[in-house]
Amino acid sequence: MATRPDRPRSPHLFSGPLALHYRWSPAMAASIFHRVTGDGMATVGTALLVWWLAAIAAGPDAYAAFLNVFTHADGGLNPIGWVVGVALTWAVFQHMMSGIRHLVMDTGAAFELKTNRTLAALTFVASVLLTAAFWLYLGIK
Amino acid sequence: MTTQIGRVRGLGSAHAGAHHWWHQKITAGTNVLLVVWLLASIARLPAYDYTTVRLWLHSMWAAVPMVLLIASVFYHFRLGLQVVIEDYAHKENRFVMMILLNVFTAAAAAIAIVSILKVAFGAAA
Repeated sequence: MATRPDRPRSPHLFSGPLALHYRWSPAMAASIFHRVTGDGMATVGTALLVWWLAAIAAGPDAYAAFLNVFTHADGGLNPIGWVVGVALTWAVFQHMMSGIRHLVMDTGAAFELKTNRTLAALTFVASVLLTAAFWLYLGIK
Repeated sequence: MTTQIGRVRGLGSAHAGAHHWWHQKITAGTNVLLVVWLLASIARLPAYDYTTVRLWLHSMWAAVPMVLLIASVFYHFRLGLQVVIEDYAHKENRFVMMILLNVFTAAAAAIAIVSILKVAFGAAA
């Protein structure tokens, strides 16, 4: 039996049925997170924003029912409030940062490989920093 | 009146079609302004109890940008979800999903805008 020739192999990420025959790049991550955060805000975010506005319009009882889902009796955020609050604000900032990246690329700029990678990676750095800054401001004001 | 080059730019043989892309870009820009305004307003509120939040939304300085935000953001997400549906749903499914998307967007926008107006035009206290 002939020995296997030493051929180059695809840079796959996992083996078996999960094999991804490409290398994950910042641009791919920015792209899929743009869609995921957009879908999340359009569904969960819309439901919460509309509920919040309708509760303010409906009166104190309806508003209390809204607050009770996300806060303890003392007014502080409960675990649901923390998870939903941080996830939604991060989604806003991530979608905003990769959206601005799209507007830059619409001008024909930032398609050079290195610039493109850097800008894509920066969207994540910026969104995490902005989310942290937003919640720190809420905490210390 | 447009020049010939202006008429040709962005128009294929259908003489239309760039409006989806263009409207998504326009609302992306207005979304940045309005969402930054909302985040800053929420962050600067002294408290989040009913009286404080209602008094804030009662002001025209909050009600007007909030209605604009609903219009801009909801139109933007309707355009975005349309692309997702076109990517993953086909034939009859796509048709049904598109109608559901339009109904969802219109219903959510109506509830949001009427709620804002009710607070804005309601009694101050």
